[in-house]
Amino acid sequence: MPHSISPESTPIDDPAPTTSQIDTASHARSHADVHSQDQDVAMGEADNADAEQSKVKLEELFDDEDSDEEFPSSAPQVKSEDEEEEEAPTTPINISSKTSFSDPEIMRAFYQRLFPFRYLFQWLNHSPNPSDGVDFKHREFAFTLPNDAYLRYQSFPTADLLRRQCIQLLPSRFEIGPVYSTNPRDRKTLRKASAFRPVSKELVFDIDMTDYDDIRTCCTGANICHKCWAFITMAIKVVDVALRDDFGFKHILWVYSGRRGAHAWVCDKRAREMDDAKRRAVAGYLELLKGGDQSGKKVNVRRPLHPHLDRSLNILKEHFQTSILLDQDPWAGEKCAHLLQLLPDPSLKAALQRKWDSAPSRPSASKWADIDAVAKSGALSKTSKDLLEAKQDIVLEYTYPRLDAEVSKKLNHLLKSPFVVHPGTGRVCVPIDTRKVEEFDPLEVPTVTQLLSEIDEWEGGDEDDRKVADWEKTSLKPYVDYFRGFVSGLLKEGGAKRNRDEVDSMEF
Amino acid sequence: MSVAYSRVDPKRRAHIDPKKRQFAKAEFAQQHYDHRLNFYEIPPTAEITLEEFETWAINRLKVLSELESCSFRNRSPDETAEYMKPILAKYLPLQPNSTSSQQLQEERKKDHYSHFILRLAFSSIEDLRRRFSRLETMLFKLRYRDDDPRERRAFVQSLKLDWEEVGEAEKRELKEQLLAAAGLKKVPTAEEMEWFKVDWERVPDLVEQRRVFVKRGVAYVPQREQMSLVLAEFTKRLDAALELTSRALPRLDEDDRLSPILAHLSQSFTTPEASYSESSSLNGLSALTAASIDSLQPSFPLCMSHLHSTLRRDSHLKHFGRLQYTLFLKGIGLSLEECILFWRRSFKLITDDKFAKEYRYNIRHAYGDVGGDANRRGRGYTPYSCQKLLTEPLPGPGQAHGCPYRTFAPDNLIAVLQREGVTDRETLKSVREDVGKQRFHVACNRVFEWSHRREIKKVREAGTWSAADLDTIVHPNTYFKRSWLLRHLGEGNAGVVQHQEGERMEE
Ligand SMILES: [Zn+2]
Repeated sequence: MPHSISPESTPIDDPAPTTSQIDTASHARSHADVHSQDQDVAMGEADNADAEQSKVKLEELFDDEDSDEEFPSSAPQVKSEDEEEEEAPTTPINISSKTSFSDPEIMRAFYQRLFPFRYLFQWLNHSPNPSDGVDFKHREFAFTLPNDAYLRYQSFPTADLLRRQCIQLLPSRFEIGPVYSTNPRDRKTLRKASAFRPVSKELVFDIDMTDYDDIRTCCTGANICHKCWAFITMAIKVVDVALRDDFGFKHILWVYSGRRGAHAWVCDKRAREMDDAKRRAVAGYLELLKGGDQSGKKVNVRRPLHPHLDRSLNILKEHFQTSILLDQDPWAGEKCAHLLQLLPDPSLKAALQRKWDSAPSRPSASKWADIDAVAKSGALSKTSKDLLEAKQDIVLEYTYPRLDAEVSKKLNHLLKSPFVVHPGTGRVCVPIDTRKVEEFDPLEVPTVTQLLSEIDEWEGGDEDDRKVADWEKTSLKPYVDYFRGFVSGLLKEGGAKRNRDEVDSMEF
Repeated sequence: MSVAYSRVDPKRRAHIDPKKRQFAKAEFAQQHYDHRLNFYEIPPTAEITLEEFETWAINRLKVLSELESCSFRNRSPDETAEYMKPILAKYLPLQPNSTSSQQLQEERKKDHYSHFILRLAFSSIEDLRRRFSRLETMLFKLRYRDDDPRERRAFVQSLKLDWEEVGEAEKRELKEQLLAAAGLKKVPTAEEMEWFKVDWERVPDLVEQRRVFVKRGVAYVPQREQMSLVLAEFTKRLDAALELTSRALPRLDEDDRLSPILAHLSQSFTTPEASYSESSSLNGLSALTAASIDSLQPSFPLCMSHLHSTLRRDSHLKHFGRLQYTLFLKGIGLSLEECILFWRRSFKLITDDKFAKEYRYNIRHAYGDVGGDANRRGRGYTPYSCQKLLTEPLPGPGQAHGCPYRTFAPDNLIAVLQREGVTDRETLKSVREDVGKQRFHVACNRVFEWSHRREIKKVREAGTWSAADLDTIVHPNTYFKRSWLLRHLGEGNAGVVQHQEGERMEE
């Protein structure tokens, strides 16, 4: 499946941002193609059947959390001067547990009162000042509208204009693409097509639970639980340390994708300026598992292990004991056939087969221990080194990050913005603090409806006339604070300016 | 007449690399080549004759097209080296300093000049630039691989690439990771214990394959992977230079002696050109008669075999088909008399009178038996090359001429090949890919090699044919000749092809 959406391939023109113009049959139809491709890339959504199913289930979860039917309504007392709040409504939003996340009023309130446009702007502009550079101005945004139309090549000079458009169009989500050589909205007026080309974008990664479905036993489809979230935690740990220690990247933002995966945005200047060949190189460096469901052994690495794999194995070994052997119990009953398939030694396999046939309910942890025990008792015809390496390969097959590498390889690939609402779960795509990655709980991530009711419930005093932004009144606050800290770190780095790459590229 | 390359565009030279200005005083002088390898950073400065200008370029072009066919056919680096060895020795030899040959400087000069001439010829079109850059990099790699290690090191040092050698202390500290990344298990040799440090972005391929240790953005490149670095640098500099040349190119139009040569060169790059000399007859094939053509058909390339079959089926061929086939028959050594007889017998449905009036003259004309002085002197038309067949207009309804790899729909092509006995699924699959990518002559060569695989194996093993005798076929008559010789190996013909004089690049 083609994963990237290149400027040429989009069937949608660049309509003026009014709903009436977009809402035509042809747009909706042509959108379907782009949209469906895009879903597994940027959002990692299940196919529609899955999505329907999961919706029901996840909604029940919210019901448990927000069992009150009525919410006290209190309008915000202080009129803010913050650009994010200048249009804030003075009337409360009435939310019940039956309110849908995609309800237009919910989305309007979300964009008006909660979405941190200012920090998003600073993040993408690499400066708080709109007149600095073109990193934000020439950046492509793509909107998925409530009617499912898909609007590409949107761009905005300021955070406020982006915000206004969100409030006007109420996109169910929006995506962020590359910075282009010219303003994306002007691309049609250029005489030479080559004058419009992507120039820079964060290096991005997409980890999605779909890629783990063949080894995940706790849930299926769009559902997740704490047990399987461990796959994502392991992946973040392994990828994050490689990006930092090996490639020297410092500004890496991990974001919950809203349902069952995570995205990474590597924001260092050196990463943003990488061409496709370099993106492909990093993706290839991190990629390990080859082959689909029917390919048998998915890990085939040479020895000695490359230092990155050696380090990864050390990180993953511990998770393997608990997250895989205990929580997933991947070789229960008949499923031990796959484990046997991965072992190199025929006589060992035969001995294990006999043992497990006579004890069908033996748990995976015991079976894993059996391998060494049976080998020691003399059933090994190959060297113990072969067996050790085979076992390492198995650990890697069950724990090593499964990246959707295509997403990372293209400069012009779009990825869902942080802080948008996942339309299926209502959860906000919040950043994940990698220092506390083990503590991150996707099921605790606030939903848009929950956040809006938190605003209404807020009773803090407006001490010292300090105006309190709406997001500060909610459980979104720690996430926005984290993001703000991340952005300020990035901006500080940008102030140093002029790195080696810049000087190099001027010679040509 | 002589051509000063440097006169072509004196301004451009200054643009190539401002750092090289110190060489400016060497202008119009013979250069001395210290190294066998060349990064081609300094344009030629001495004068050469127009003939040298063209011959050298054509020779290099031959080498590049053979390299290209190796890559189209997925030959491994070793196979490519083996295949290219005799071709390079013949067209573009480059000997190491250790030979102290008299030819050394002359060879390097030819290599240097021919590179720059082709650069001029191909820089105007982006597609050709890219192809040229790719093939020149391949050629450089080939030579780099077999260069004497000491001379190679001296050359690499002369490039003054910005690499930092890893010091002993750091080597000790990172030893385990360095060896693991390099995939070394045993006790490494002294050379294996050498590494360079570069920004990882300079070796993306090595990073992608995890063949280097990477730490905080710096790649530790083992000595033996140095080639990737040098190649990347070669390509990068060549691409930049081609870009500059393309912008400076309009000035060249002023020199109208060079323009036609350059135009012809770039055309030949599009499809390899070859001519076939009829003088090279085949031993044991002297008594060609009209009656023996049928028995030769198994050695025909598909284009001619198709014409022959069509002729047998319809007892007729339309004009362009007749012409193409007549010239081919002439090329394999069929005399005019026998050729006329051949056509007369083949056109079963027409009278002698009609044949004499409408067809005989054309055959004689093709043989140079009639027509103007020029036609007679030139002994008529030359048999068509693959380039000719691949560039002429496509045949219309009822016409059967041209190259079937180009003119047939892929499904029909595969069906015809199967009827002709090409049953190997891999070969057919590759042929389909070749024609999909418009590499028609590659497909044809592939079929040839499969059809003659046993014979080729035999002559290879016996060492009776050199690799140059088995280079890429770009002429239907070469196809026939090679096929016929291979099919008659036991008949005292094994040594006939030492020179293959008949094929040479067009002059
Ligand atoms: Zn689960």
